[in-house]
Amino acid sequence: MSVIYILLAISIVVAIGFFVAFVFAVRSGQYDDSYTPSVRMLFDDELIKEKPKESILTKKD
Amino acid sequence: MEHSTCFHCGLDASSSRIVYDNKSFCCNGCKTVYDIFSANNLTCYYDLQQAPGATPKEVEGKYNFLENEKIVERLLEFNDENIQIITLYIPHIHCSSCIWILENLNKLQASVGSSIVNFGKKTVRISYNPNKLSLKELVKLLSSIGYEPFISLDDYSVGKKNIDRSLIYKLGVSGFAFGNIMFLSFPEYFQVSGFWIEKYAPLFRWLMFSFSLPVIFYCAQDYFISAYKGLKSKILNIDVPIALGASVLFLRSTFEIIFNIGTGFFDSLSGLIFFLLLGKFFQQKTYNFLSFERDYKSYFPIGITKISSEGQETSIQVYDIKKGDRLLIRNEELIPVDCILIKGKARIDYSFVTGESDPVSKQSGDKLFAGGKQLEGSIEVDVLKTVEQSYLTQLWSNDVFNTNKEDRFTSITNAISKQFTIIILSIAFIATAYWMYVDSSKALNVFTAVLIIACPCAIALAAPFTFGNLLRIFGKLKFYAKNASVIEQLATINTIIFDKTGTITANKETTIEYNGIHLSNEEERLLKSTLRNSNHPLSRSLYALLKENDIIALEDYQEHIGSGIEAKHKQHTIKVGSAPFVGLQAENVSLNTAVHISSNNTYKGKFTFYNSYRKGLSKLFNQLKKNYDLVILSGDNAGEKENLTKLLPAKTKLFFNQKPEDKLEYIKHHQSSGAKVLMIGDGLNDAGALAQSDVGIAISENVNVFSPACDVILDASKFNQLYAFIKASKSAVKIIKWSFVLSFIYNSIGLYFAITGQLAPVIAAILMPLSSISIVVFTTVTTNILGKKLK
Repeated sequence: MSVIYILLAISIVVAIGFFVAFVFAVRSGQYDDSYTPSVRMLFDDELIKEKPKESILTKKD
Repeated sequence: MEHSTCFHCGLDASSSRIVYDNKSFCCNGCKTVYDIFSANNLTCYYDLQQAPGATPKEVEGKYNFLENEKIVERLLEFNDENIQIITLYIPHIHCSSCIWILENLNKLQASVGSSIVNFGKKTVRISYNPNKLSLKELVKLLSSIGYEPFISLDDYSVGKKNIDRSLIYKLGVSGFAFGNIMFLSFPEYFQVSGFWIEKYAPLFRWLMFSFSLPVIFYCAQDYFISAYKGLKSKILNIDVPIALGASVLFLRSTFEIIFNIGTGFFDSLSGLIFFLLLGKFFQQKTYNFLSFERDYKSYFPIGITKISSEGQETSIQVYDIKKGDRLLIRNEELIPVDCILIKGKARIDYSFVTGESDPVSKQSGDKLFAGGKQLEGSIEVDVLKTVEQSYLTQLWSNDVFNTNKEDRFTSITNAISKQFTIIILSIAFIATAYWMYVDSSKALNVFTAVLIIACPCAIALAAPFTFGNLLRIFGKLKFYAKNASVIEQLATINTIIFDKTGTITANKETTIEYNGIHLSNEEERLLKSTLRNSNHPLSRSLYALLKENDIIALEDYQEHIGSGIEAKHKQHTIKVGSAPFVGLQAENVSLNTAVHISSNNTYKGKFTFYNSYRKGLSKLFNQLKKNYDLVILSGDNAGEKENLTKLLPAKTKLFFNQKPEDKLEYIKHHQSSGAKVLMIGDGLNDAGALAQSDVGIAISENVNVFSPACDVILDASKFNQLYAFIKASKSAVKIIKWSFVLSFIYNSIGLYFAITGQLAPVIAAILMPLSSISIVVFTTVTTNILGKKLK
């Protein structure tokens, strides 16, 4: 059997793999809100900063 | 005293003198919120954005209806023994601090599982444990930190919304197929002949065929449906040539590969559908946080307090109100049904319903209409009619609310597509006839080639991209149009009708003028001190107007509901109120609101309240008068007539005392004689007129709060720019016409290949995307230039 069949099969499987990923992404609501996640990802730093603050407060108490 | 702003909400805090933790606050409410946040280590809230908060409002009793399980059940998205999920609309969400604090809600209240903000829609989805926290407590918690959710009757009837994501799916599928088919077509584009291509070509072609199946049967289905509907109602809309082109492409390509004649045009087919869907997607830009479809339901409360015959208060939902029920309406609550006042002082603000500018006082026994807002204390009422039968809500039974505006109007694209389709079909038949005579084997080939190449992809894309881009530019300038066709309609109007109250007048501002005998300093001081004690809105605005005076202690103060106030200091007495109250008889009745003053029982004079008009009003009217018929339809009385005639161009028609139905009929009448009407209004009383007009614009001081169903929501600050928006929409139509010219050039080139019978798949594959992309570039660039001029 020619190698072309294997290559075609692989390329189509890869393409369909990405397509399925896209469908799952849409279904999970990733495209419903395109703004909030961009803000949310910046918050994590703030939360870590907050922890030492807390410990200082508890020490004072 | 030094000027300072509230640390929490950013309002002026210089006069409040509330300082806490070295920070100044405008009121105790803001201080309390700060207190809650700092006690829970959530002061990060203030780092992300300066003064992001809102002053919490008094909500005691307001959410009692959330104790009613039937109501709660309808609001919840998910309901289990241990978990409940609800999505709440919170108008105050406006910055990153808001997202942060709402998503950290479980630090304030441990029973909250998770909360996820959708910033675009201004909603927060909260899951919580109902055993430890009831919905009412959750709403109260949100209100206490200044994020009061807005729950209306609308939430009740809609239930669980399904988000329509089909366009994204279709776009994804067609893009996927387009890419893969292009890829598979490459060997044949380069015409590599020989053993290899002959052996594997059928395999590649059948693969392309299978990729194109979902494109034609799934992605393109809307075009077929729309074309079918158009033909059924004997309209040649733009989807007819598109559907024709797409089906010919598919059938000829399939035929070609079955009989091994050629590759077919699967690449062009999927590319065409992909670009068309992209145009649709681009046009579909919506403002999630705005709603253009609101009726009275989004304004009305969901639950109300009913008083049983034993005097017990229970929360019932609004649809359950029956004739004869006794209801309790609290301060700031809305009256949901027509009823009779039984107990309490009623001051009702009908501005939203009738357009009247001043609140009215009612005595017990008076009839109250649905839609009014109680402004002072609680009242008890007896129900006369159910919600659906009330005076205001009956307006929505009018047919205009059930017809789709877009159907009443032929878009520029559909107008041209009629001629286009006829011309293309005749070219196809003439060319086929010619080839039948010359070389009949080529006749079918030429016929299909003409239909393929003439598929009006570029024409169909011109309008979506031009209007879609303009929609975005307008949105940045706070002119929020419902959809692209609104901009197109805006270019065609010739009559502009304005509402008065709240539209050409600024809502809360009035100018006050005094005429009468000059008041001595002593009298002015007494007046000011007297007004200080009254909560009447007119007293408040008059109080704010008077110069700073020392406040004197009054010896006697009396408020006579519905007529006025009187006060005594040393030997002086003062009376402030209506004309008969201060002892003025047989006054020539003035329609303007006025407050009369008498001192020591002698009449002094009156303060007259005039509407204050929006800035740039006369300039706007003078710009518009050349090209448009201007009309003012007001629900208010004719008190401002004189002022308006001075202010506005002479040919402006003025009508007063117009009921909501009158406005609707007026527009209908003029439309039947060919007028294209632009209606500009603001309240529920304009809802009928806004729906009937060709373009309805709702003016809003704050676009997040309620505005009636309309085509455009315009921020009040941009009111004087109205003419610029209309001009821009006219230029947009010109841009589209130029794009048509451009696409005709492409079509003629393509037709040359088609008629001469030399349309190779590679030419179609180049020509089609090229024409589409150049149209997209042309319209985007020109509309951006247009947008620059607007600023």
